[in-house]
Order: sequence, then C-alpha cells, then structure tokens
Amino acid sequence: MGSVGKIILQRLALGALTLVIVSFVIFAAVNALPGDFAAAILGQGATEEAKTAIRADIGLDRPFFERYFTWLGSILTGDLGVSYAQMMFATNLGGDQLISITDQIGPRFFNTMFLAGLTAVIAVPLSLTIGVLAALYRGSVFDRVANVTTLSSISAPEFFLAYVLILFLAVINPLFPVIALPEDGMSLIERARITMLPALTLTLVVTAHMMRMTRAAILNLLASPYIEMARLKGVSPMRVIVVHALPNALAPIINVIALNLAYLITGVVVVEVVFVYPGIGQLFVDAVKNRDIPMVQVCCLIFAAAYILLNLTADVMSILSNPRLRHPK
Amino acid sequence: MITWLAAVLLGSIPGGWLFRFLGQKLTNNRPYFRDMGFGMAFGYVLGAAILVSAIWMYIVSWSTAGAIPDTYFFYRTAVHGLILFAIMGVAFLWFGRLVGTAGTRKLFRSMPVTAAFGILIIILYAICAIFADFIAPYGQEEVLGNANVVPGGNPALGGNPDFPLGTDQIGRDILSRLIYGAQNTVGIAFVTTCLAFFLGVTGGFLASTLRGWTDQVLSRLVDVLMAIPALIFALLLITAASSLFTGFGLTVAMIVIIAVIDATRVFRLARAVGMNIVVMDYIEAAKLRGEGLGYLIFREILPNATAPLLAEFGLRFCFVFLTIASLSFLGVGIQPPLADWGTMVRDLSQFINFASFAPQVSAVALLPALAIALLTVAVNFVVDWMLHKSSGLKE
Repeated sequence: MGSVGKIILQRLALGALTLVIVSFVIFAAVNALPGDFAAAILGQGATEEAKTAIRADIGLDRPFFERYFTWLGSILTGDLGVSYAQMMFATNLGGDQLISITDQIGPRFFNTMFLAGLTAVIAVPLSLTIGVLAALYRGSVFDRVANVTTLSSISAPEFFLAYVLILFLAVINPLFPVIALPEDGMSLIERARITMLPALTLTLVVTAHMMRMTRAAILNLLASPYIEMARLKGVSPMRVIVVHALPNALAPIINVIALNLAYLITGVVVVEVVFVYPGIGQLFVDAVKNRDIPMVQVCCLIFAAAYILLNLTADVMSILSNPRLRHPK
Repeated sequence: MITWLAAVLLGSIPGGWLFRFLGQKLTNNRPYFRDMGFGMAFGYVLGAAILVSAIWMYIVSWSTAGAIPDTYFFYRTAVHGLILFAIMGVAFLWFGRLVGTAGTRKLFRSMPVTAAFGILIIILYAICAIFADFIAPYGQEEVLGNANVVPGGNPALGGNPDFPLGTDQIGRDILSRLIYGAQNTVGIAFVTTCLAFFLGVTGGFLASTLRGWTDQVLSRLVDVLMAIPALIFALLLITAASSLFTGFGLTVAMIVIIAVIDATRVFRLARAVGMNIVVMDYIEAAKLRGEGLGYLIFREILPNATAPLLAEFGLRFCFVFLTIASLSFLGVGIQPPLADWGTMVRDLSQFINFASFAPQVSAVALLPALAIALLTVAVNFVVDWMLHKSSGLKE
C-alpha cells in the first residue's frame, strides 16, 4: 500500500498547488486590469475625496501582491469581506447591516450542492443502466436510438433543454413548479420536487457522456479472451457484461462520472439562471453583471476548487481501482 | 400520465413473455425466437407500445387542431418536424448519390442518413448567414410600428401578415432577427473557433517541434488555464473586460477571451498529434535538408495532421458556439443591437408560460434555442460520421 499512498499524497499536493496557482490567476485576471471600481461603487456623481476614501477603505491603493496575500489570508480564515453590491446599498441608501459574503454564499452553496447531488442520484444509475443495455444490445434499434438521442441531448444548449422541460412538465402538464425556490423548513421530498426540473435538465446534459463512455468501456473489454471464455462456457450475455466486464470497466467509468460531475459545475450556472434557483451560479452571474469583484473572485474560486477536487477524485479513484497499481510487483 | 407509464412498463413484462412464446409456437421454434432473451422480447413489446401510443397521440392531436388552446400543438409540430427532417435527409442523400462527380457520389453512398442531414443543415445555415441581408425582410435593428405582434399572421388573433413570426417587445421583426442571428451567432462562433485554432495549433506544433523550454512553458501555462472550467473562466475574464469596453468592443473582447480559452484545448490535441509526427523519418530528412521552422510546421506537420484537426474543429465549433450562446443568454455575450439567438431566447423566454392558451406565441420563444440546438446536432452528426470513417471503427 505504501506506493499507492505515496502516489495519492503526490496528487493531493499537486492539487493544492494547482489551487494556489489558480487563485493567483483569478485574482490577477480581475485586478491587473485598470478600472475604477470606486466609481462603480459610488455611482457617477461621486467626489474625488469620497473615491479616495473608498479606495483606502477596500485597500485598492495598496500594492498588487500585498492585496493578493491579504485576500488569500482572508479566504483561509473564512472571512471573505463584503461584496460591492452590499457596500453600494450601505453608502447610497444608508443602513449599516452589511451581509458578509460568507453569509450570502453559505445557504446558496448548500442549494447548489443539493441540486448537483440530486442530479448525480438520478443521472449516474440511469446512464449506467442505459450504457450497459446499449452494450448488451449493441447494433440494435435500441442502441441506435440511444445513440442519436444522447448525441442530440449533448448538442443542445442547457437552456434549450430547460425550456423544453418547462414547456412539457410545468406549463402543459403542471407536474413541477417553473421557478425552483426552496425555502427553509421544507421536507426533503418537497425540496426534491421543487428542484426536480433543474436536476432533470442537468441529467439530460451529463447522461449522454456517461452513457456513451460506459458503453465504450464495456465494448472495449468484450474482445478480451476472458470474455470469450465466459461466453464459451455458456454464461448468459447479461451476466457476461454485468459480472465479467463491468468490474474491469469500472476504472474508466468512475473517471467519466467524476469528470461529468465536474462538468455539472459549468452547467449549473445556466440552469440556475433559467429556473431562478438560488444557488452559487446565479450569484456568480449577477456579480459578473454588476462587476462585483470580491464576489466574482470568491464564486470563481469555489467553482475552480470544486472542479479541481473532482478531477483529483477521478485521478485517485482510477489509481485505486487499478489492481496493478494497488499491488505493485 | 405516470400511471400510464407504469402500466405500459408492467404490461410489457407478460407481453414480452407472450410475444416470445407465440413467436416460438407460430414459427415452429425458429432459432431467432428460440434463442431470444427475455430482455429482448420485453424491449420489442415496449418499443411497439411506445410507437403505437405515439401514433395514437398524433391521431388524437388532430381533434384539437385549429383550436386556440391547442394542447397537442407542440407534439404535432415536433412530429411534423421530425418527418420533414427525415425526408430532407433522405432526399439529400439520394440527390448526392445521383448528382456530382464520381468521388462525391462514392462518398454519399457510404454515408448514413444522419450525416447527410447534418451536411444539409450546415449548408442551409451557411446560406442563411452569408445572404442574410437579402433573405431577411427587415433589418435586425429596425424598430417597426407595432410591438408584440402575435405570430401566425392571422389579424383576427392579433397577428399581422407582414410579420409571419410576429415582433418582439420593442417591435423588431422576429423572423428577420432569427435570420440575422445566423450571421451574428454562427459567424462570431466561426471566427472565434478559427482564432482558437490558429493560436492552439501554432502553439501545439511549436511545442512539439522545439521541445525543451518552449514546450514546458506553454504546456504548464495551458495546464493552469485548463484548471478553471471554461464557462466560469470566460465569465471571470469578461467581468475584467467589461470595465474597459462596452457594446461592440465587449463583443470583440469576448471573441478573444473564448478563443484563448478554447485554444488551450486545441493546443493539447495539436501537441499530441505533433509529437507523433515529429518523430517520423521525413521530418528528420527535412531537418537535415536545413528547412526552417515555418516550413517544418506548415509544409510537413500540418498536412499530416489535418484529419484529427478537422474533426476537432467541428467539435470545438460546437463548444464555442454553445459557450457564446450561453454567455449571450446570461446577458454578457454578444451585445445588442446585434441580433443573436442566445439573447433572443432570454428576451422571449417569458412567453413560454403562455403555452397552454397560446402555443404559437411560446413556440416562437423556443425557435432561437431550437436553431442553436439544430446546428450543433448537425455538426455533431457529421463529426461522428467523420471520426467513424477515419478511425475505421467497426465495433
């Protein structure tokens, strides 16, 4: 086990390093460019003194690297400060109850995780089943229909799928609500019902990749001698695939599942906007439109961290599921 | 509806068994039925049940045709659309098999219907995009008299025969904007993909030819850029760019941003393909002849890498196209007054809620999204076929 532990530790360290570099890229991308954010907060009629005061207040007058390390430190301590939108409220409308970014993101982070989790719960078994069936009945009508349908659903933009689902499952047949607004104190089933349409949209997006990769991974193995052996001794086709082929195809399949969950992160942004779902994606898009730099940075970092983490998981899982790496000679 | 689904699913279990049993009895145990697995019989019965119910729904749908709250409008339109597309694809395939040089005829003979359909759609979009100025009845920014004219062109229902698809909230002709959308959305996506390819392929081939430091620096840079999801990174950079540019300038900035982000993906492929080519003997020979770097890249490596790069171009175009459409849909992509499908979907999306009492109105809201989906599906069909052909995969 020693060498596997070492490999995994190496990957984890590499992941952490990537995250630090990415945080620098994110910070540099929005801060290196010129742009008067003080004016953006105060509005057009601001005096020069007020702008200078605001700059000093946020720390925009300090050197670039000092700001970066302050920001990095604040993220590590969990104190993310206040978004520009909140500050704008405070300066223009009075009121001193500033909601910090941490408080804004907390519940939304949970919502986004819930949406992604629900999608995974639906999509993973579904795509595995369809993939196994398509491999079992390869070349049949079912295989072709599954192929064309999934190819079409990969190709369609998320918002198209979302609106088609709204059209059929919310407007014409009112099964689910159009706008997904979970509230506190909702039971799990009620929450799942409300989140169902966005989750189904994301399912359509990710199922295609996972199903195609499951099918390809199994088909790759079907030519191996040990499958031939199983067939010759009279094992039924279903059993050949599920018992003999699937365990060996698991490594690429797990990899694809993790990568697709990483892909969900991108999809979540558009889908949350369509369904007005209060998650991080919507917060991020609003912040981008308002040029709310602190919020954009934090949301971007969260997305990037989740993406890196899932890719890392895919990496580690494929090492763990490979017996040749687990038991080196 | 859910009870119906459950009934069909459960009913297919005895149905499948019965189907197999009858097949065995009637055909005197022909090997096909004798060796048929239960899953297969179940699938046949289930498929037949779905097909029958689809046809039944289509027949029923005619009972509400013409009525204003037409509950089956979308279903009927979808069926018509599918049939029309299938006929178009098959017709084009036959046309290609009969007309043209021997080479193209041979190509069309081995082509599946899906690929023929894809090529036809791409040609139609290209015509729309290039000749938009002549096809579109009005200008894309032209604000005409009436806002919110209902589509269908029936004056009794609030339509206007001059605007077959109606007008939007500020009175622009939707049909014209859809046609110009082909020019703007597809055109911008095409330019962006070309730029991404230029950057990515140049970088990738440079890295594979020069190796050493160039390769290390470029590869690590690409690694870092790829660690952030593409759409998220694009949104981040657009935030930064939006403090410098507005309007048309922001659209140009978006093109550059997406081109750079997608160039990283192209770089990976170009480098991998290039690495396989530079070890060939003819490259060695060219080096010994004393050819320069430009000659090596453009005359030796590039011609030998066209097949994988062309397939990647199709896929990359789809990604870029969808990214631009998504950004526009979110309101930070192609800026008004340019007509663009993503923005149109966002602007018209509220009309989808009218589907139960005015289906035509909500259908128009879906048209730009459908236009996006149709093109990406078409490109994917063609790329799928090309990959299948070039790899010689027979499964």
